[in-house]
Amino acid sequence: MAIPFEQILIQTINGIVTGMILALVASGLTLIFGIMDVVNFAHGELFMLGAYVGVVTMVATGNFWLALLTAIIVLAALGAIIQVTTLRPLLGRDPLTTILATFGLSLVLQNYALWQFGPVARKIPEPITGHFTLFYLDYPWYRIAIALLSAAIIGGLYLFLKFGTYGIWIRATTQDRVMAAAMGIPVPWVHTAVFAIGAGMAAASGVLFGPLVGVNHAMGLDWTLKAFIVVVVGGMGNLGGSIAASIFISLLEAYASLWVSPAQAVIVSFVVLILTLLFRPTGLFVPTPK
Amino acid sequence: MTSARSPLAFWAGFAIVLGLLIIAPLVLPEFWRRFVTEILIWGLLAMSSDILIGYTGMVSFGHSAFFGLGMYGAAAALLTVRPPNLWVALAYGIVAAAVVAVFVAYFSTRLREIYFGITTLVFSQIFYVIIFTWTEVTGGENGLTFSRPTLSVPGLFSMPFDSNTLHWFVLAVVTVSYLVLRRITQSPFGMVLQSIRENEPRTRAIGYAVERYKIVAVMLSGLFAGLAGVLYAVQNRFAAPDFVFFVVSGEVVIFNVMGGVGTLVGPIVGAAFFLLLREGCSRFFTEYYLIPVGLIFIAMVIFMPQGLVGVWRRRLNQ
Amino acid sequence: MSGAAPATASPLVSVESIHTFYGKSHILHGVSLQVGRGEVVGLLGRNGVGKSTTLKTVMGLVRPSQGEVRYEGQHITGLQPHRLARIGIGYVPEDRRIFRLLTVMENLRTGLDRHGVTEDRKQALLDKVYEYFPVLADRRNQAGGTLSGGEQQMLAIARAMMLEPKIILLDEPTEGLMPRMVSQIRHIIEALHREGVAILLVEQNVPLTLEASQRIYIMEKGVVRHHAPAAELRANDAVIHQYMGV
Repeated sequence: MAIPFEQILIQTINGIVTGMILALVASGLTLIFGIMDVVNFAHGELFMLGAYVGVVTMVATGNFWLALLTAIIVLAALGAIIQVTTLRPLLGRDPLTTILATFGLSLVLQNYALWQFGPVARKIPEPITGHFTLFYLDYPWYRIAIALLSAAIIGGLYLFLKFGTYGIWIRATTQDRVMAAAMGIPVPWVHTAVFAIGAGMAAASGVLFGPLVGVNHAMGLDWTLKAFIVVVVGGMGNLGGSIAASIFISLLEAYASLWVSPAQAVIVSFVVLILTLLFRPTGLFVPTPK
Repeated sequence: MTSARSPLAFWAGFAIVLGLLIIAPLVLPEFWRRFVTEILIWGLLAMSSDILIGYTGMVSFGHSAFFGLGMYGAAAALLTVRPPNLWVALAYGIVAAAVVAVFVAYFSTRLREIYFGITTLVFSQIFYVIIFTWTEVTGGENGLTFSRPTLSVPGLFSMPFDSNTLHWFVLAVVTVSYLVLRRITQSPFGMVLQSIRENEPRTRAIGYAVERYKIVAVMLSGLFAGLAGVLYAVQNRFAAPDFVFFVVSGEVVIFNVMGGVGTLVGPIVGAAFFLLLREGCSRFFTEYYLIPVGLIFIAMVIFMPQGLVGVWRRRLNQ
Repeated sequence: MSGAAPATASPLVSVESIHTFYGKSHILHGVSLQVGRGEVVGLLGRNGVGKSTTLKTVMGLVRPSQGEVRYEGQHITGLQPHRLARIGIGYVPEDRRIFRLLTVMENLRTGLDRHGVTEDRKQALLDKVYEYFPVLADRRNQAGGTLSGGEQQMLAIARAMMLEPKIILLDEPTEGLMPRMVSQIRHIIEALHREGVAILLVEQNVPLTLEASQRIYIMEKGVVRHHAPAAELRANDAVIHQYMGV
């Protein structure tokens, strides 16, 4: 049965849009893992709380862009606090403990959201309404805006890491935290900063994603899981890899949902993960080390 | 990791606890009776997970899959086989869990640590999605309901379960499982598992076929987890996808950590502690009791990583 | 090299009876030594006696279970390494450990980018280092991992110099290097000494250590067994052979 070309094109664009949001979430996660070996189980919850802060700010001010900025700042601060109180004491211990601690954190954050905001989903209104016609369909401008904004934020991160003193500090600490300290780099604070950056990026994704679906307390787990898959498929700690993997997986899922229901389309990403782990465990887009 | 306690002290303690658990349904009100039975079932599940986490050093975030398969396997038996037979239900459930355990076992030999953990998580989510969406077979979101089988030994006797006999049956199964697992972990096989946990490359270098040991460990773990699932199905007379969802796997890991990994009895204590804590907090904090529970858990991870039993053992050894 | 000077009354770095463990292994059994301002002190000993561990303890990378480390008279035991780097202790580890994915320039910047250093000072430091190590100037935009072993060693030393340290802890700088490079390292040590930078030099290369140092400690099995001015040992190196088994 032939699928009409327009549908494939629409799904391609959808896949890229979702992929960019996922890339925003996953880049924070892979940065955090690369520098501190922390598997942040609560990353999806940071995404979710970012979306909620966006909701609250929207209600208070009616300005989407202010909501985006506020969410980023609030969650970055929260991320810093979390890192200092729960993760710093665990530095150097068995990696299992950080997974457990962040898992406990995800429980606390999820239920906090449930407590404060209730079980009913909230909505963030789109800041850019209006559609353009793609063949016979209306495609919302907002979705294109999401992709561009995400790309801009990731691009900004890349530039920050590549140039600038703090970018060097982060990259040095990621490669060899002991020698970074021996060079006078305040490693504990670099860790805090990176966690805060990761949290801020997750929050941005949450706010950008908000207008597409409702914001509710349980939305975090799916994103945590998908972000993990992306980080593994893209290569742990590999920023470019996770961006490529995000788009790759989102495209596959978008195409899959032409045939099966969205709930079942997630299996695609699971299968990709398993295949990657079996055949190219260092990452799908990373050349296998000899 | 053999206990410094003398065998006499152990068996004395064991007998006392067992005695208390036997008397429990006779003295406790209905709600608490079921509560204790549930603690035993979750405890068995956590114990099965301890084989991997505490003894072989592989963390599984997907034990809900084995549990759920045991549950649905039993459901399948109780709904399709006439008359509903307890032993057939046990067989179906355990076999279902074992089949999946083979898959997972294969991956355990190929992947390290956290990659294995993520894969188990992913596997259990795959099962969740399948069970949730395959409504014709699994009842989808609503799950399956069925009636409790009778406790019957062909040719000897047959009696329906009442809540006391069910409790004792569960207690018997869990106790036997505990003793079996204890025997296994203290056997040479168990020692090799622990050696794998401490230092896998060295164990391999000494000459042990690490892969084979891991496979057996996973199968063992999956089997007992499935058994717990069957018990749960028989106790509650329903099977639902919620129990295959990741949260269950997460709670199992919590039980292990809170109770103390690598102690076998720790996970049961951990399950009891967590369930009691949850029950208590839900009375005071009504809806958002998981917040204090979660905070306590985080604090335990940071300050008491050996878990309750670990701390108690340390006190004893002094 | 100038004649031996006895340890000054107020040494720059003073290690006092430190005991250090790695897990259950008792590596240092009460090590004591001193380095005076501007002094080059050698630390000799066979593999595994605890020389590197001693340096790591001074640098705060390993915490001693007992004993004190002092710097300019202050207790620094247990302080974090990044603090120590900032107050003037430079560290050049065994196997160099330069940042392989950073360029030569970026490697240098990890030490150069500090508070309170003017742009002019930074440029002056860079110029000085490029003068000492012209090869690094040529390769300034190349990734550290693409440099040869000898070049990486130079980068590791240059990087530590960016901190303008009062003392550099040098761990086996000539290991695995060709004789030509070894002699270059010898000249660098000399140049640093002329500038007044103290050096605690751990080495297996006995002749180099004898030439470059003013005092020498010899370690065996986690303790200092012998301590003498270098001149004395140059005249009679029997003691060294006894402990090094060379």
